[in-house]
Amino acid sequence: MRRRDALPGLGLTLGITWLWLGLIVLVPLSALAIRPWELGLAGVWASVTEPRVLASLRLSFGAALLAALVDLPLGLLVAWVVVRYRFPGRRLLDAAIDLPFALPTAVAGLALTALYAPNGWLGAPLAAMGVTVAFTPLGVVVALAFVGLPFIVRMVEPVLRDLGPEAEEAAATLGATRWQAWRLVVLPALGPALASGLALAFARAVGEYGSVIFIAGNRPMESEIAPLLIVARLEQYDYAGAAALGLAMLLLSFALLLAFGLVQRWLRRGMA
Amino acid sequence: MRRATEEPAWLRWLLCLAAVGLLALFLALPLAAVFTEALRRGIGPALAALEDPDAVAAIGLTLLVAAIAVPVNLVGGVAAAWAIAQFDFPGRRLLTVLIELPFSVSPVISGLVYVLVFGAQGWLGPWLETRGLQVIFALPGLVLATIFVTFPFVARTLIPLMQAQGRAEAEAAATLGASGWQIFRRVTLPNIRWALLSGVLLCNARAMGEFGAVSVVSGHVRGETNTMPLHVEILYNEYQFVGAFAVAALLALLALVTLGAKAVLERMGGRRLESA
Amino acid sequence: MTIEVRGLMRRYGGVAALDGVALAVGQGEFVALLGPSGSGKTTLLRSLAGLEFPDAGEVLIDGRDMAQVPARERGIGFVFQNYALFRHMTVFENIAFGLRIRPRRQRPGRAEIARRVEELLALVRLPGLEARYPEQLSGGQRQRVALARALAIEPRVLLLDEPFGALDAKVRKELRLWLRGLHDRLGLTSLFVTHDQDEALELADRVAVMRDGRVVQFDTPEVLLARPADAGVAGFLGDAAPVACEVRGGQAHFAALPPVAAEGVRDGRAVAFLRPVDLLAEPGAGAARVAAARQDGRGVRLTVELGGMLLEALPAQGWVPQRGEACCVRVLGARVFPA
Repeated sequence: MRRRDALPGLGLTLGITWLWLGLIVLVPLSALAIRPWELGLAGVWASVTEPRVLASLRLSFGAALLAALVDLPLGLLVAWVVVRYRFPGRRLLDAAIDLPFALPTAVAGLALTALYAPNGWLGAPLAAMGVTVAFTPLGVVVALAFVGLPFIVRMVEPVLRDLGPEAEEAAATLGATRWQAWRLVVLPALGPALASGLALAFARAVGEYGSVIFIAGNRPMESEIAPLLIVARLEQYDYAGAAALGLAMLLLSFALLLAFGLVQRWLRRGMA
Repeated sequence: MRRATEEPAWLRWLLCLAAVGLLALFLALPLAAVFTEALRRGIGPALAALEDPDAVAAIGLTLLVAAIAVPVNLVGGVAAAWAIAQFDFPGRRLLTVLIELPFSVSPVISGLVYVLVFGAQGWLGPWLETRGLQVIFALPGLVLATIFVTFPFVARTLIPLMQAQGRAEAEAAATLGASGWQIFRRVTLPNIRWALLSGVLLCNARAMGEFGAVSVVSGHVRGETNTMPLHVEILYNEYQFVGAFAVAALLALLALVTLGAKAVLERMGGRRLESA
Repeated sequence: MTIEVRGLMRRYGGVAALDGVALAVGQGEFVALLGPSGSGKTTLLRSLAGLEFPDAGEVLIDGRDMAQVPARERGIGFVFQNYALFRHMTVFENIAFGLRIRPRRQRPGRAEIARRVEELLALVRLPGLEARYPEQLSGGQRQRVALARALAIEPRVLLLDEPFGALDAKVRKELRLWLRGLHDRLGLTSLFVTHDQDEALELADRVAVMRDGRVVQFDTPEVLLARPADAGVAGFLGDAAPVACEVRGGQAHFAALPPVAAEGVRDGRAVAFLRPVDLLAEPGAGAARVAAARQDGRGVRLTVELGGMLLEALPAQGWVPQRGEACCVRVLGARVFPA
């Protein structure tokens, strides 16, 4: 006998969902998993260990991690201010945080390039101090920090709001100073959210393309990100090579996200 | 006297100023740069750049792609949210994870996978070509890549909300004789409409602004397979800065409108939730 | 309408929520499903409504097998634990919902619906609240709206999941009696889930005591109190204290209390369940001592200390016990089960 459900519609909605997921996501992604092996194992290995590829992977992952780490304190600061303080313009500030989500990446790339170019509003004073941002790996970090910031803020905000002042008040009644309460009560409670935010910002930054290619300069071995190399290989109709690099990126970032997940579990231990 | 859990006033002001300054530097300044560059030679050249036939074609194509991709993800997202929130079935957790998958895939890879399937050397590309159907470097490829990158928006907005709202109201409607469609239309939809709209808005903003994925499948044929973000790149690479920034400014406006609308929707949805 | 349940099984993961439930409810009965949380009472109620589908067993309503009948076709009134009112609809719209969604041919006209809603609001004593939203109502009002909404489809069977659980004590008492009256007036067959034994014993014609996914006893309140089916039921009902004893020849012998009849219990170690009404305390030189005496609305509540045990007892007529005073205790009756 077929088991029935209380509410109608499981069959229909689940069917639509799997069809949608299968056709749009799973089948195409399976091509990514299968096609690299046309090169053979050795071929795949050679294709992803070319010096130029390794340099681009190092840049993509290194800059993404650095950008996410830069975002961490900045995001925490913004989340704290938005949740805890009342000041004119708070609403606007809160809405503006999502700008990097909503702004097309090409526009972000263009804007950052204009700002940080040697004759730009920020680029000129920085150049006077001897710092070049645009067309260097530093420019890549700046662009990735831009796209990653809202992830940290949006992960921390709800936890901070739920936390409320009670825990800190309890700490205060027990004789803790403001700084102790913050360090021993607030920060540990935010740990898991900060870790999730870091992972999300990192995951987004690793694959980022549009906002980076304008500002990066794209010099091989120096400021060329891995997604750009994929595009380059596709333009030479090197499908297998492009797929191999794509697969390598995906596996590497999943491995790192898994590691993040484990760290997060460790941070969350003992918390209900 | 200040409360025990309040920072001293100077520190509060310092933190607020730091946050405002940071966001001004990080978010407002780039936006200002876009509009300044677009209007560098006055409003005339900027508007002229938008009336250029290639620009008009790009705007039209962008609208068309979004008009196909967003409804597909709307239907899929609502179906997924209904199944996941209202039922317990094997594989539910897996499904939830898989739906989020496109967000952790690089946009370039999102485009790449379709090239691998439908490209000239793809699995289905040559077969389709003999039948006169081109996917890559044509509209279908742009649409598919756009659906991929905007895939999770609707579902991920709805699932947590519907799970939080619980199944009781839908069950009550069922005991009163409502059919599945009636339950959705009259009970579920009114409770999720603001969130749904907000998810659709975000989905739309991303669909219109997507760059990496469509760049891979577009072929950059001016006036034919160029969307607005791709048009920005072409103009920029040709040193037509005013034109590039004018189109970019239009996209930036879209982002600002989306953010504004989202903020309004969240307040309306929030009020409903609070009052419930 | 009659309800019959046979061999109902329902597992969640490895845990059996229903483990072979059997129950037969007659037309017009008011039945309570009583048990601790996790005993399966809500699962049973939801299975009757078609909100859960059992792994095995049968649900028959008026003799008809419900296995393939979905909730929407059962025509059973269901009142949810937290009422599950449609939060975006007014009281009027909530109550009218079941009528408005009918297929066009069976749907009453607009005026007829308005009339019926008005009638129902009068029935649940909430006239004039049509335009309110659920969040503007008190708990008791929400409960009555939920009831009116369930009654709008004119069900013959009414199921209520912890109907008074979310209400404060005073409102709860009021609503209980009123609900019972309504049930009698409308000629319904009703089942309600509760974990509150007072509620079950006071309100129901018969009470099904549930434990670990089974109905362990299904009887009138009088029979349940007088002849509990097993030690579990005896301990669960009526604030009974378990006291160890020894049965010899149909009499239970205690260490510190006079013996009491225990007919039909085999000789050997046993447990007697003693409720406050089973014990009568009298002033005088005895082994017992008054541990606490407290006046409340119902009279004196007396706790005596006896042989290291604390037992609640009734004080003898006219006696005002003082703390520490010596007394003796008579056993008027007991339910005894082999240990």
